[in-house]
Amino acid sequence: MGLKTPLYDTHVQQGAKIVDFGGWDMPLHYGSQIEEHHAVRRDAGMFDVSHMCIVDLSGGRVREFLRFLLANDVGRLKSFGKALYSCMLLPSGGVIDDLIVYYMSETWYRMVVNAGTRDKDLAWIHKHAIDFDVTVAPRKDLAMIAVQGPNARRKTAALLPPPQQAAVLELKPFFGAPFGSWFVARTGYTGEDGFEIMIPAAEAADAWGRLLQQGVKPAGLGARDTLRLEAGMNLYGNDMDENFHPLESGLSWTVAFEPKDRDFIGREALERAQRETGRELVGLLLEDRGVLRSHQKVLSAGATTAGLSGEVTSGTFSPTLNRSIALARVPKTSQPAVQVDIRGKLHAARIVKPPFVRHGKALIDTD
Amino acid sequence: MSNNIPGDLKYTKSHEWVRQVQPNGAIEIGITDHAQSALGDLVFVEVPDVGRTLKAGEACAVVESVKAASDVYSPLAGKVIAINDVLASKPELLNEDPYGAGWLFRLETGASANAAALMSASAYETFLAEESK
Repeated sequence: MGLKTPLYDTHVQQGAKIVDFGGWDMPLHYGSQIEEHHAVRRDAGMFDVSHMCIVDLSGGRVREFLRFLLANDVGRLKSFGKALYSCMLLPSGGVIDDLIVYYMSETWYRMVVNAGTRDKDLAWIHKHAIDFDVTVAPRKDLAMIAVQGPNARRKTAALLPPPQQAAVLELKPFFGAPFGSWFVARTGYTGEDGFEIMIPAAEAADAWGRLLQQGVKPAGLGARDTLRLEAGMNLYGNDMDENFHPLESGLSWTVAFEPKDRDFIGREALERAQRETGRELVGLLLEDRGVLRSHQKVLSAGATTAGLSGEVTSGTFSPTLNRSIALARVPKTSQPAVQVDIRGKLHAARIVKPPFVRHGKALIDTD
Repeated sequence: MSNNIPGDLKYTKSHEWVRQVQPNGAIEIGITDHAQSALGDLVFVEVPDVGRTLKAGEACAVVESVKAASDVYSPLAGKVIAINDVLASKPELLNEDPYGAGWLFRLETGASANAAALMSASAYETFLAEESK
């Protein structure tokens, strides 16, 4: 028996296939993962992401604390409600976790970290928070629902009282704000527009039911994975972990080296890594039929197994492109034409620049 | 969990079904309704080449869902005489019609093929019930 979110019974009633995900009993799909994927690309789908850990950080020195703790710079956040994506690093530069942090007030930031890394994240945050007199409060009382797709915002707004509807629709991308007992943010993990709603656990099942009445389709972790991979978004534990730094994980854009006088955990290691050729995370499009999967070996074109060069970190079948796609870690010097070892046979693949799909549109030429 | 088990077929513990298509020993093979349901949406199928000789229990085909790849094992020894080409472009037939349009390949079984090792529908049903405990 695993941990259960406040929506567990709702999922079971709606016919979800339940699987273990990092110790949580979570819905994999409610019948067809591919239909759920298309619903998000074409209309609106909803995911229970209550297993993720919301943690409130508060104190007079909280900004100073986060500027030291995170590789991205919360100093960039100028308006309340604005969100920032960042890695939290070890001194070695290895990624402890990736997360989103919201600027709630001068003395309060809200962070959302991964479910599977919850305990080690909290231990790490606590350890450093002491020096800054920052209070760390995990919010187990909150559930979280991600509503994603071209019609997601409109269908979510319909649940709010009329005076709040216009305001929630005016939220800019990567901004959040409170609406009654909810905190609504225009963020997500699918490459589509939409909201992530943090909501008191006791209200979650009711909100889920009302979203269902609006025609929002329940979607499981299976669709969440194909959607995020099409969107070129990393999954912690697959595409990066403590053994890899952000620069070799497609996350250079999340590291704020400027201003130069900001000290943050991992900075020294990353400055060294910047000077090395090293590896990078790239997108792969399989030219043949078949499915790319994590841990498959990537070879340069014409090479045999002796010329091992890289590895698939996440692979799947892309329902939008009707082809297999992947993220892979390869030497920076790699040529676009590569081969992937799938069950002992070499298949032609092409290095491409993620995202593969954004806002319902294919961005990769599959011809 | 979807669980249709036609009474006129034989079954394996690795969730293949076997249909006798000719009295002289030609059989048709596919994966069961239980198997397709457990795998989820199928997106890729690789079947053996026509003419290949298979041993009983030999891994000879691959079915991949969005989730994972799974081997299919030949229920009996024999030679591949036909394959379902349509699956290359329509792997979803395995989900939609696992005992019909979703068949995988046909084998000509020799005299040595031991059909008695296969399970009846009722034995397979009991096996599934045991497996899910």
